[in-house]
Amino acid sequence: MNEELKAVWASFFNWVMGNGPRPENEVIPAEPPPALPFTQKPKDKYSRFHEATLKERYSQWLEIHGLHLFSVLYSGVSVLLCIVLVSLLLATVAELPPFGHERNPANNEVIERYVKHGGRETGAQNIVAGLILDYRAFDTFGESSVLFTAAVSVLMILGASRRNSLKDDSKPHTHDPESGILQRGPPLMHHDDAILRGVASLSIPVILMMGCVVVINGHLSPGGGFSGGAILSTALILAANAYGFGKVHAFFSERTFIVSSSTALMIYALSKGYSFFTGANHLHSIIPKGTIGNILSAGLILPLDICVGLIVAGTLYGFYALFSEGDM
Amino acid sequence: MTNIFAFNIPFVSIFLMMITAIITPLVPDRNRLPEKLSCYAIGIVGVLSAYLLYALTNSGQSIAFNFAMGHYPAPWGNELRAGPLEAVLALVFSVSMLLSLLGNFSSTQEDIAPARRNIFCVLVNLLTAALLALTYTNDLFTAYVFIEINTIAACSIVAVKEGAETVRAALRYLVMSLVGSGLVMIAICLLYDLTGHLLMQNMHSAIQVLVVTKNYMMPLTVSLGLITVGLAIKSALYPFASWLPDAHGSSTNASSAILSGLVLKGHILTIIKIFCRVFGLEVIHALRMDTVIFILGVLSMIMGSVHALREKNVKRMIAWSSVAQVGYIFMAMGLNTTAGVAAACLHIIVHACVKPMLFTSAGGLSNAAGHKKGLHALMGTFYVNKWAGLGLIAGACSMMGVPAFAGFASKLSIMLASFDSQFVVWVIAALALSSVLNALYYVPAVIVIMTHNEDARRNFTASAPTKLYNFTMFMFLMLNFYLGLFCMPLLRLITRGVNVL
Repeated sequence: MNEELKAVWASFFNWVMGNGPRPENEVIPAEPPPALPFTQKPKDKYSRFHEATLKERYSQWLEIHGLHLFSVLYSGVSVLLCIVLVSLLLATVAELPPFGHERNPANNEVIERYVKHGGRETGAQNIVAGLILDYRAFDTFGESSVLFTAAVSVLMILGASRRNSLKDDSKPHTHDPESGILQRGPPLMHHDDAILRGVASLSIPVILMMGCVVVINGHLSPGGGFSGGAILSTALILAANAYGFGKVHAFFSERTFIVSSSTALMIYALSKGYSFFTGANHLHSIIPKGTIGNILSAGLILPLDICVGLIVAGTLYGFYALFSEGDM
Repeated sequence: MTNIFAFNIPFVSIFLMMITAIITPLVPDRNRLPEKLSCYAIGIVGVLSAYLLYALTNSGQSIAFNFAMGHYPAPWGNELRAGPLEAVLALVFSVSMLLSLLGNFSSTQEDIAPARRNIFCVLVNLLTAALLALTYTNDLFTAYVFIEINTIAACSIVAVKEGAETVRAALRYLVMSLVGSGLVMIAICLLYDLTGHLLMQNMHSAIQVLVVTKNYMMPLTVSLGLITVGLAIKSALYPFASWLPDAHGSSTNASSAILSGLVLKGHILTIIKIFCRVFGLEVIHALRMDTVIFILGVLSMIMGSVHALREKNVKRMIAWSSVAQVGYIFMAMGLNTTAGVAAACLHIIVHACVKPMLFTSAGGLSNAAGHKKGLHALMGTFYVNKWAGLGLIAGACSMMGVPAFAGFASKLSIMLASFDSQFVVWVIAALALSSVLNALYYVPAVIVIMTHNEDARRNFTASAPTKLYNFTMFMFLMLNFYLGLFCMPLLRLITRGVNVL
């Protein structure tokens, strides 16, 4: 290696490491260069000739521009990823079998039996109810358990911490006007809204009736436990908004919710467990199918619909109450 | 299937766990009754699974059977399926779940507020039920439903320990998991549209027809990709694993053990079922998905260890090591042979036994050091809690692949499986590099806990480990040595199970 290359290498090395030019072969500057805002004070005796090392310069640069760069990169990459995913999915959907065509793969013997023999085999006029609560009742049991899992999780995270904080400080919870921070306490709601109360008192009975009808007629007409339960929960939410959570709390508290959900799910598990057990072991099941079209027909579908309705109504109202009040 | 009692075991185990989960909120929260109830239920499931395994291996001609859930046969109703592989996995899952709960019985009491303990038990029971259902299900939509239960319950048992850190970790885990759920859901819808079935073997035959006639190849590829990525996010394969160290590192020890040892395995098992039973290994090869998961697996092995090297918190270090171990499983699956899948299943079992032991012993050691989790704070803790120290050492040896420990068996089987494959050089290189990297962070941890430190020892104020803890560690160690020394019969059993899968 010749001398010139060595000198070039040495100066490059010094530049990287931040070793300033040595005083022997350089003119001493009149005053030290102004300190950069983020440089640490160098310790060695050539300190006034110290230049920032590449690493220091990099970290400085990162400190000034890093967050901005990250947010730009992050949003850019996310947008890119979304565009790729969206176009991929759109291209895939364009390749799928045409919607509603009779020769689609999905129109096979499975659908045929559901449509042709569903009524006779399950006793339900509503084929969807027969499908989800009799043919594939295990999946629906899983779905109800998903709701149960989500409800107890939210109850644990929001409900239990709320109770603990109530225990911690027994002070009344009020709005703190000075700090402007909303303390735990009554949320901003129109508790004395006469119009809301009037409308609620008229509509809540109707909504409750509607919910019950949808749940109970689940095997006869469109609807069922999931949709009926959602309707029932709207009545509860409306009541809570019009009359305050305290009024609803009087008959639907956390304990009621847990007991009703667990009982409903338990009835589901035990009755359907019996049905699964007898079915798999080819035993005779004592559950009567009834006549199609009667309110008391379709075997287990009616009680199961009521169970699912209870779970859904409780869970939806529970989510609303826990997220808005932190308590049920 | 001759034995009517064994025939009903899959159904009975799932329903036993579900019913225990449902009644737990109503159980009075005295004397830690809910936890005891859960332990008994899981123990019963373990005994039943062991009997099922015994019955299946001694039954002679047909070693897998289907169980119709209800009065309607399979394509119309739901169906469970049990073979040797399912029985072994159910047994391992229940044993590991039980030991995770027992070993952390006292730390659970310290970490979780009394008002939350009841619901913690509900979630643990639901997780067990979901794992059993994922093991036994023969229907892709049932699998999805129980993946959902698994996801929600897993996120909640991260947040069960109060604190900003756990809530943040749980939210991050929830967001990532829900992205995964969404992708899986889209993929299942696409597959249903293409095949008209949700039952695994019927989907398989429909997909064979599609591949032979070259119809709808693009949607098929996309759905396979989406379902793989969705489940890979949930099972923490490397590029999608950023949620794991927070979730597993910050939660209470029992949650960490269950999450790392079991929850990830439920999702990986679902991928294995989808690859083997829905698509079939030839189709996976034709669609090039085997290469993709092989590369991701190798990447995960290396990067998981590299991240673990940088951690100073012992639980986060063990959590990153899970990412590396998940990489082993995916690499073995990427070999795309029956032997590879069997090796992947063996590694699932090994990891399900070793990782809860590591988390339990790390919990015991940090308890001995006065609830400090930094690696340097654990200096000399081996001499305070000997069983925990032994557990950490055995776990470390197992992760490094020292012979006679559990990890050696699965690494050996992965390597043996790779000899038939085109990737043999890559597998050996990756295993060697990953073992060295594992040693780089596990050996210092072992040295630290075994260094004499009299000053610190005098300051240790924690209570002595309970008898239950010592018993659990003993059981974990025995399990570890059993897997390490006598794995060949188990591997033969798994291979039989994979062959009938």
